[in-house]
Amino acid sequence: MAAGLAAALGSAVPASAGPTLDKVKQAGAISCGVPTGIPGFAQPDNQGKYTGFDVDICRAISAAVFGDPDKVKYVPLTAQQRFTALQSGEVDILSNNTTWTLLRDTTLGLNFGPVVFYDGQGFMVPKKLNVKTAKELNGATICVQPGTTTELNLADYFRGNKMEFKPVVIEKIDEVYAAFFSGRCDVMTGDGSALAAQRIGRAPNPEDYVVLTDRISKEPLAPVVRHGDEEWHDVVDWVVYAMMEAEEKGITQKNVDEMAKSDSPDIKRMLGATPGMGKALNLDEKWAYNAVKLVGNYGEIFDKHLGLGSPLKLERGYNNLWSKGGLIYAMPIR
Amino acid sequence: MADIDIAEEIPLPAQQRPPVVTSGVIGWLRANLFNSVFNTILTILAVYLLVLTVPPLIRWAFIDAVWDAPNGQACRGEGACWAFIGEKWRFIFFGRFPYDAQWRPLFVVVIIIGLVLASCDRRLWGRRLVLLWPAGLVMVGVLMSGGVFGLRYVPSEYWSGLPLTLILAVVGMLFAFPFAILLALGRRSNLPAVRVVSVAYIELVRGVPLITVLFMASVMLPLFLPEGVTIDKLLRAQVAFILFAAAYLAEVIRGGLQAIPKGQIEAADALGLGYWRRTRLIVLPQALAMVIPPLVNNFIGAFKNTSLVLIIGLFDLLNTANTALTDSNWQGFASETYVFVAAIYFCFCFFMSRYSQRLERTLNRGHRR
Amino acid sequence: MAVQTVATPSRPAPWRDPKIRAIAVQVVFVAVLAAFVAFLVHNTIVNLRRQNIATGFGFLDREAAFGIGESLIPYSPADTYARAFLVGLVNTLYVSALGIVLATLLGTVMGLARLSSNWLVAKLAAIYVETFRNIPLALQLLFWWALLRGSAPPPREAWELLPGVFISNRGITFPVPFAEAAYFWMAIAFAAGLVVAFAVRRWAKRRQERTGQQFPTGWAGLGLALGLPAIVFLGYGLPLRLDVPALRGFNFAGGTAMSPEFGALLIGLVVYTGTFIAEIVRAGILAVSWGQSEAAMALGLRSGQRMRLVVLPQALRVIIPPMTSEYLSLTKNSSLAVIIGYPDLVSIANTTLNQTGQAVEGIAMIMAVYLAISLLISLFMNLYNRAVALVER
Repeated sequence: MAAGLAAALGSAVPASAGPTLDKVKQAGAISCGVPTGIPGFAQPDNQGKYTGFDVDICRAISAAVFGDPDKVKYVPLTAQQRFTALQSGEVDILSNNTTWTLLRDTTLGLNFGPVVFYDGQGFMVPKKLNVKTAKELNGATICVQPGTTTELNLADYFRGNKMEFKPVVIEKIDEVYAAFFSGRCDVMTGDGSALAAQRIGRAPNPEDYVVLTDRISKEPLAPVVRHGDEEWHDVVDWVVYAMMEAEEKGITQKNVDEMAKSDSPDIKRMLGATPGMGKALNLDEKWAYNAVKLVGNYGEIFDKHLGLGSPLKLERGYNNLWSKGGLIYAMPIR
Repeated sequence: MADIDIAEEIPLPAQQRPPVVTSGVIGWLRANLFNSVFNTILTILAVYLLVLTVPPLIRWAFIDAVWDAPNGQACRGEGACWAFIGEKWRFIFFGRFPYDAQWRPLFVVVIIIGLVLASCDRRLWGRRLVLLWPAGLVMVGVLMSGGVFGLRYVPSEYWSGLPLTLILAVVGMLFAFPFAILLALGRRSNLPAVRVVSVAYIELVRGVPLITVLFMASVMLPLFLPEGVTIDKLLRAQVAFILFAAAYLAEVIRGGLQAIPKGQIEAADALGLGYWRRTRLIVLPQALAMVIPPLVNNFIGAFKNTSLVLIIGLFDLLNTANTALTDSNWQGFASETYVFVAAIYFCFCFFMSRYSQRLERTLNRGHRR
Repeated sequence: MAVQTVATPSRPAPWRDPKIRAIAVQVVFVAVLAAFVAFLVHNTIVNLRRQNIATGFGFLDREAAFGIGESLIPYSPADTYARAFLVGLVNTLYVSALGIVLATLLGTVMGLARLSSNWLVAKLAAIYVETFRNIPLALQLLFWWALLRGSAPPPREAWELLPGVFISNRGITFPVPFAEAAYFWMAIAFAAGLVVAFAVRRWAKRRQERTGQQFPTGWAGLGLALGLPAIVFLGYGLPLRLDVPALRGFNFAGGTAMSPEFGALLIGLVVYTGTFIAEIVRAGILAVSWGQSEAAMALGLRSGQRMRLVVLPQALRVIIPPMTSEYLSLTKNSSLAVIIGYPDLVSIANTTLNQTGQAVEGIAMIMAVYLAISLLISLFMNLYNRAVALVER
């Protein structure tokens, strides 16, 4: 009987009081909180392995820290569990489609990394209801995940427009969608991208559903770390920026080896040919090289999981590079 | 031959009705189904109910069922889609445990069932069992988590399905047991401070739903610990189970303690035994033997309660089944999955409750007058 | 050693004196416990401060800003968190109270059925008990919920069971009468009828003790309790206007509805708890020895009288205490509503602690409420138990 306890206690070693980066290096793995299942962002396959856009953010950080993208322990979290899991140290980073808001940033003891996905809350309805805009939804029954900004925005929107609605709330996001597709609600609300993803990935027949074009909120989704650990916060920030910068500079998974030999001082600095950046972050000089080489640049992971290379076929939209009319803008790496 | 004349004078019993048949099929039917007007009505109603429900159920489960299909679309029909279970049974049983290493949780299930069965055999009760359990649980721990003997290390986040359910129930009860004994003794203690604390603990825990204790373990426990110390999610849930089960077990054990005649305790005192020796040698053996059947019932309850960890996001048997349902290629086979999982739970619980009833009868034999 | 002098017992050394030892043990016990609790509280405070998490119950006055699907009291997202909590509490109490009544009915019927001399009925009841008792409630809830929302049509194609009663995957919608002044007076008349019936019963009992004459108190009581309101109803000129549900836009408007979540929760709780109550009732009746029934037969009591006057009063003494704990567990089990999304206390507190991040306060409130409910039910049932307990001379 000691074994059961010992086995469970094995992972209960007191972490050094020091910063997360030390703990992660010591443990040899990053503990990454992901959603329980959103197609394209994070979803387990039949063998229980997670893949998706959120997952690749953690893989890139793992590649930067360890030179190996698979030293990640994925912890599926519901909306309710995610913040305590992070606060308690159970996970080191939330890559969990979390919206950056003032109250979360302050009263919940969280810090947000760079926005990796600009989203807005929308509505999905069955085509046969013949609804064209969100303004026609008065009296509808709406499926929504509780404990999210989505739930609050929904109530705000209906109050603002003097409309009535009936919420149906279920804790696990997969079950909210299951309820919607089984006809329990007239309307499903959530981040526009997630709605599109679920429509393709989960609807019995995607043609029967339509995502309305209205967006009722701003939903900047960002990875989240604990308040008060600046070193780890920096690592997360700059790995994400490096992936964005790589796309801007045209560095891809395929050509990163040639690019490392290029003459451009910017690229040499970023990929570690000129040392200095890695040391500043307490990482190996090849951090950015590894992230791009082993996982890909921002554009590549977007295309692979969400964009044209995926079943979801989302437009880049706001999530295009600033130079192409979007909002993705990396801070200079120097 | 005057006798014959007399016999002829006796009225033949022909006017009386023949005696009611009390044997054979008809006799049985008459005695058990149609022995009064009310019962006849009841029988007709019951038969009508059966005709209404059983044939459609059989048609759904067997005749119209689809046993083999490449995907959900091909499986949709009037009957059940057992092909879905065929596709998902490994995920339902073992969940997120690494696919190629799933022989390990399979062995774990076998070991735990073996241990439970061994404990059910009264001939094995005694020291040997006390040694068997730790040995078995060490094997369970090694098989699940690995990291030694060339087995790959599998963090507890990946433990799921039936093995997780069994581990939560069995380990929960084993560790709750000593704690429960202390609580029960505390509640009967002569020391007011100890008694008050025990009573407060037992009543507090019994007054709140298990969900809140699980929430507390999952959400609040991390806040109780010093900075930097973390306990993983499974262990937190396990602790919650132990704390919860202990309060209920303590009340069962208290029942046993109360049933011990005062003379036994006085006799122990007369022998000069101190509190702990008296308790260990005289009181507990008698008290525990008396409450074995309710203990088994308690274990059944704990086993069913493990299904609540789905709320805090652990992948027990019910949660893996529920997750399997969200596969986009296989939509809408909830009934099949729930029936399948219900059958698994039923097998375990039904066996245990039958066992407890039998035990109650055999153990009571000595007390019956 | 053999020679023992019997003298006045000398005072033992202080560390051997049981009284002093008892005090010492308790002091150490309390000190260790207090230190442990202080350690936890200290950690919590440090953690909350370090992570900059807000504390206190101030959030209760803030605007909740989230919607709630079903509520017995008026609620809008503009109301406070405190109000939202109240909505959850009322929902919990509502489903528990209804569940207790229905589970008692179902359990009693099934318990009696298991004892029936009718073989088929007894077997069917046994199958019901054994099946539903051995499947976890959480699984049963998920099953009923999937069944209710999956097998019914969408509102626009709802089945019309009776005029005005619709079944769809939004639940069962049925008409309710509009509030009228007459209903208030009918309720008063009903209460008055009960009081009079009770008085009649006392009078009849006394008369029977004195003269041996029986009086049909049951029929008289029924007549009083139902007759008086009926007279009031007639007196007001049969005021009955129904609020009939009708399909308007997305959903039914008017009438009242029972959502699939509520339905699944209620069915699950009743069916599950019913099995335990059936066993309790069966055991209680079996506990009354057969000689009692034989004696009653010898007195010439009919089977209904035998049950009512001889067996049940004795069985109730065995039945009440375990019944109390079943009622308690039903109430506590109603918290499983959170699995299927019925807005009970736990579900709403869950959302609240999630939106505010104040887990400690949220969970403390749920626990306090459940403790209070548990204590109230225990108290009530203990009073009842005392009323039916054996009064010995």
